[in-house]
Amino acid sequence: MEKYILGQQLVNGIVLGCTYGLIAVGYTMVYGIIGMINFAHGEVYMIAAYLAAIIIAVLTFFGINSAFLSLILTLAGTIVITSVYGWTIEKVAYKPLRNSPRLAPLISAIGISLVLQNYVQINQGAGNQGIPAVVSGAIKIGGGSNFFQITYMQAIIILAAVASMAILSIIINKTSLGRACRATQQDPKMAAILGIDTDRIISTVFIIGASMAGVAGVLVTMNYGSFDFFVGFITGIKAFTAAVLGGIGSLAGAMLGGLLLGLSESLFSGYVNTDYKDVFAFSLLVLILIFRPSGLLGRPEVEKV
Amino acid sequence: MTVSSRPPLVLILKDSLIAGAISLVIFGPICGIILDGYTFNTDFKIPLILTSIVTAGRFFFSFFGLPKLPDLSRIHPLANRKPTVPDKIFLGIVFAVFLIFPFVGSKYWLTVMILALIYVLLGLGLNIVVGLAGLLDLGFVAFYAVGAYGYALGYQYLGLGFWGSLPFSALIAATFGAILGFPVLRMHGDYLAIVTLGFGEIIRIVLNNWLEFTGGPNGVGAPLPTLFGLEFSRRAKQGGTPFHEYFNIGYSSTYKYIFIYLALLFFVVVIITAVSRLKKMPLGRAWEALREDEVACRSLGLNHVATKLSAFSMGAMIGGIGGVFFAAYQGFVNPSSFTFFESALILAVVVLGGLGSTVGVVTAAVILTILPEALRDFAGFRVLIFGILMVLMMIWRPKGLIKVKRPVFLQKGKG
Repeated sequence: MEKYILGQQLVNGIVLGCTYGLIAVGYTMVYGIIGMINFAHGEVYMIAAYLAAIIIAVLTFFGINSAFLSLILTLAGTIVITSVYGWTIEKVAYKPLRNSPRLAPLISAIGISLVLQNYVQINQGAGNQGIPAVVSGAIKIGGGSNFFQITYMQAIIILAAVASMAILSIIINKTSLGRACRATQQDPKMAAILGIDTDRIISTVFIIGASMAGVAGVLVTMNYGSFDFFVGFITGIKAFTAAVLGGIGSLAGAMLGGLLLGLSESLFSGYVNTDYKDVFAFSLLVLILIFRPSGLLGRPEVEKV
Repeated sequence: MTVSSRPPLVLILKDSLIAGAISLVIFGPICGIILDGYTFNTDFKIPLILTSIVTAGRFFFSFFGLPKLPDLSRIHPLANRKPTVPDKIFLGIVFAVFLIFPFVGSKYWLTVMILALIYVLLGLGLNIVVGLAGLLDLGFVAFYAVGAYGYALGYQYLGLGFWGSLPFSALIAATFGAILGFPVLRMHGDYLAIVTLGFGEIIRIVLNNWLEFTGGPNGVGAPLPTLFGLEFSRRAKQGGTPFHEYFNIGYSSTYKYIFIYLALLFFVVVIITAVSRLKKMPLGRAWEALREDEVACRSLGLNHVATKLSAFSMGAMIGGIGGVFFAAYQGFVNPSSFTFFESALILAVVVLGGLGSTVGVVTAAVILTILPEALRDFAGFRVLIFGILMVLMMIWRPKGLIKVKRPVFLQKGKG
């Protein structure tokens, strides 16, 4: 019995961790390239949740009920629209502040985050929203009353997260666009001198981050079925925690941090207490930062004099 | 912008159309398709209006250029130079206006001004941490909550009154500041920001879940403040005397607010004086030096642990005092008053005012409290407009309303 409960918690933790990892990618890439916390990133995730529900409602209206088709169309539509959101947020709120003091973009980001939350609240109402189950069914492991299960949706989340991360690491490590991204991250001035359009690269990074948040938003919404205009805040903070945990600026770190956070949160709420699971997540963050201030996979910060 | 630097009309038109297309993608689904259970209703009017506004706006601004905004630091008499005699008179007038206000203003505006002064206190506290010591704190609301709960719970469990609870809550908040200070001493910049944010959330979650001690989401009642043992209620509790009976005047609930307002004003003035003195003392200089260059400070033998901890606990203490006043003003505290939005608001007060500037903090706090009240007619859109203004302010004046003149020593001939 015990090991099945443990198994279930592990599955839940990995699924949760995958979504944290996907959102953390946006934080970690933006931080790596322009050194700011994109506070509005969590709201992109929230918008993705609404978009998923809207697209599914529209698809149902046009009579498209096939699970596979609605999954693909919803993902594609959401990615496109959240990318536009990410691009616009950068152009409107961060680009004019490229050379201002460090705190200015942060305040601007908090402003954008408030704007997006209320924009959605005003248009879609403050209440909880829901979507019908798109994919149902589960793989059962064990038998009788002793079993744990992986729902098909959970399996899709894990697969989609792995696939997105794989595509992303190929883009970053193998293509010329990725090379330009890494160059800009290391030294924006030098990259610009060598003919890289750094503004364009920064926009690209925002687009990538927003589309990853879009994927996460769609998948989580399909898994849980309900959301409101406030989901972006706490998920965003946790994803940022995951990014810091793994070492900010590192893609593998974001995924690792996400998985660690997801697993420990799920185990904590399964065995200790659900009410204090966020407290536990933040305490974990504090402990790791005290003993490894640059995160698990981050390069240690060298202070230059 | 001169006419000659204007791009060709075709380009402007193309840009505007692209802007329009993008805004259609942004506004279309969220504003146009309203979820209704698992189905939806459509409303294409709003996205079309918004899209045309964006397109027209883009066209207008590329055609005529961006408007030049006035530079506020020139207008403000205290911004960039030492106070002279007229400045002192100006300050005196400002103080007198603040002092007379409760006796002439309506009860509604009195409560608004109490909130404004609470934000002034919180801003002053956070200004020490962020503005002077350069430690980015996104969880300042934690100390505010500790102060407010210190008052409410101190009364419930220890029987502390308003005046007893002020030093008590301030001390507890300062202790929390020091406790938070220890683990974050080694962190910099944004890591610090996220840990403090986490700390703020931890405090709120604990307050929310610890039902036996804090009353959970239902909150706890906070007692009315007293003045030399005189109470501000209509009928005093056992053995007490109400304020209005002692002075033989009719009862009015406004007295309580007038009292809180004046006590707050007193604390604000005391703290402003203390902070401006501190800035010129070794401790204040050490804060600012640490903000500018930590490595240099440590190599010169500055105790960075003590300096950072003192900044944290001083800021927290002032935040705690703000919390006590908030609890006394509301007569009730619950965790929903201490969300991250509050932290963001306090940080906005400090940053909008200009980091490190006391005059700026006061100005920004008053504006930021009155603004949402003035926008009350647009009830649903208040926070939206507030957010837009936050972004616009940062684009217009990233260094805040008032630029701070840093104490610098220039070599002869180089100034």
